[in-house]
Amino acid sequence: MADVALVQVGKSFGAVEAVRDFSLSIADGEFVVLLGPTGAGKTTTLRLIAGLERPDRGNVVIKGRDVTEEAPAERDVAFVFQQYSLYPHLTVYDNLAFPLRSPARRMNESVIRRRVQQVAELLHIEYKLDNRATALSGGEMQRVAIGRALVREPAVYLMDEPLSSLDAKLRAELRLELKRIQRELGTTILYVTHDQIEAMTMADRIGVMNEGALIQLGTPREIYERPNSAYVASRLGTPGINLIPAELLGSDAVPPNVRTVGLRTEHIRISSADRSGPIAQVHWVEHLGDQNHVHLRLATHSLVTLADPVQELKAGDQVSLEFTEPLYFDSAGNRVGSDGAGVRA
Amino acid sequence: MAEIKVEQVTKTFETFAAVKGVSFTVDHGSFFVILGPSGCGKTTTLRMIAGLELPTSGRIRLDGEDVTGLRASARDIAFVFQLFALYPHMNVRQNIGFPLRCQNFPRAEIRRSVEETAKLLRIDHLLERRVGGLSGGDRQRVALGRAIVRRPKAFLMDEPLGALDSEFRRLMCGELRELHDRIDATSIYITHDQLEAMAMADRIAIMNQGLVEQIGTPQAIYDRPNTMFVADFIGAPPMSFLDVRASLSRGARSIEIDGVPVEMPEVFEDRAEGRFALGVRPENVSFIDSSQLRGRVIGAEYLGTTQIVTVTTANGQIKARLPSANTVRVGEQVGLALRPDRLSLFDASSGQALSSALHAGGRHG
Repeated sequence: MADVALVQVGKSFGAVEAVRDFSLSIADGEFVVLLGPTGAGKTTTLRLIAGLERPDRGNVVIKGRDVTEEAPAERDVAFVFQQYSLYPHLTVYDNLAFPLRSPARRMNESVIRRRVQQVAELLHIEYKLDNRATALSGGEMQRVAIGRALVREPAVYLMDEPLSSLDAKLRAELRLELKRIQRELGTTILYVTHDQIEAMTMADRIGVMNEGALIQLGTPREIYERPNSAYVASRLGTPGINLIPAELLGSDAVPPNVRTVGLRTEHIRISSADRSGPIAQVHWVEHLGDQNHVHLRLATHSLVTLADPVQELKAGDQVSLEFTEPLYFDSAGNRVGSDGAGVRA
Repeated sequence: MAEIKVEQVTKTFETFAAVKGVSFTVDHGSFFVILGPSGCGKTTTLRMIAGLELPTSGRIRLDGEDVTGLRASARDIAFVFQLFALYPHMNVRQNIGFPLRCQNFPRAEIRRSVEETAKLLRIDHLLERRVGGLSGGDRQRVALGRAIVRRPKAFLMDEPLGALDSEFRRLMCGELRELHDRIDATSIYITHDQLEAMAMADRIAIMNQGLVEQIGTPQAIYDRPNTMFVADFIGAPPMSFLDVRASLSRGARSIEIDGVPVEMPEVFEDRAEGRFALGVRPENVSFIDSSQLRGRVIGAEYLGTTQIVTVTTANGQIKARLPSANTVRVGEQVGLALRPDRLSLFDASSGQALSSALHAGGRHG
């Protein structure tokens, strides 16, 4: 059964259509990530589910119940915000217990203690329970903020870039932990981010958003390997996909209607210039530690690809390129010869 | 252009030592990045260079001149903060020109400097626009413009991209570096993001708990980390460590892990029996059935082109970066091959790298 469903939801602020004709259904225990740039409508979507915004059109359904008209408190959701807002005068324990002590819920203090203890252990902050919230590091504060959502057992957790204000290192750790916790508890999470790594590593399904619309919904592998558009293709992958005009490859090399060819780094094979195939020049090699990015000039276009560490390339080298399984896009940016996999939104 | 010298600088806040004897030199025209986790002392160090904090001890020299006791306004340095605050009631021209108006520059000169700066940042078409309607990137450019319009000797930047989208950050990294080269500046840039540091820096200083752990080029720090802290802080995912008990003699070219000899760069020291950590980066691990070094796959993170596979062994966890096309099943037993010339060996208790063919000379900077 779907835990949460949005049915043709629309929301405008003045002349700006923040969310348009948006339908999404999240299964029980599923981790769905909405991925998109700032202003894509991700946060508004979360706020519509939470009841912090009212849709102009469409319905919000939680656990089979239409909650479109209900106030936030009546909906069975927990929200984790980007900026953790803890009660500075309370201890970590009291911050975690706070949602359980709400007069609307009336819980026995020993039940609360057990629940807080459990969640604190899950988040590895059990030894900090007596600390004041203000005496914590940023990472610990964000764990407490996530913990405050986890002590409750709502139908769905709504998370708005909860890791984006943290150190890169801590972000990587919490990413793994959050996924582990979600698996262990079987919770349902809708998570929004602009970070493709977060989306790829945590999501059961990714929804790629742009300008208020859901462009494609699918597993990380589907979205990466079979994007329905050049836009989606460009959201994922490091280095990003190379989009070059089809005429650079010659008219017989590509199917008709193709205007743009998408080449990911794994679709480009570099060999010495005496081989057949398009000839490119090495512009520069960027050393990023684990990966070396080779910037190539192919006629008037630049391509970026990963360098094989064994292949000694240097600026000025002439190389021959071979392209395997490129992605083709038409003039509107839609994928040509799309195999239909990945749900078209 | 300027050379910045930081000599044995310390800063103590009441009982807390935020910076404990830090020294480094930033050459004329170079882009220097101070990298470290929150609380490592990097911002305090930068604030002392700017003159916003007075060091408890030590000296700071700008082009040879001792500026340790000078106030911020008396140093020819521009500071770009993490959260760029523009004056919302002013247009772009007024925002960029503000520092010059404060110093009562003649109007004609302000006009010329502002227009030059705007051209440099490619926002000259926006000069009469209000800042409220600008995109995030253009706002950031205006903030930079306000910092560079005075043409100071050096730029100090405290996570200026911290609040931006990851993609946009990558773009701005390139722009900042290009701007630095174009105006022939000396820059010190602070971040906790190792990718930013790797992409922009000529040299990186890695700080931890008030101390500099290592200074070097991005590639040197990545390939030859002096300490386990550096090895762990740089790289995503970071270096994996295998826990080994061994005694070593000079000239050793392999180490036994669980009875299996593993080839490594020649060691240049004698060491009595003790605990060591053999460090390997994910891209230097591969799966080979015939290898005696065994482990069990406990997870795979799909990243598109590649995947990160976590393997548990009797001596610790190892992460491997493999092509996504390779099929890996959670729970399966695999043989591990480690690229011999890329292994680092650390003293497990001090965290220091042993001197070896890879880590020749040991300590840099």
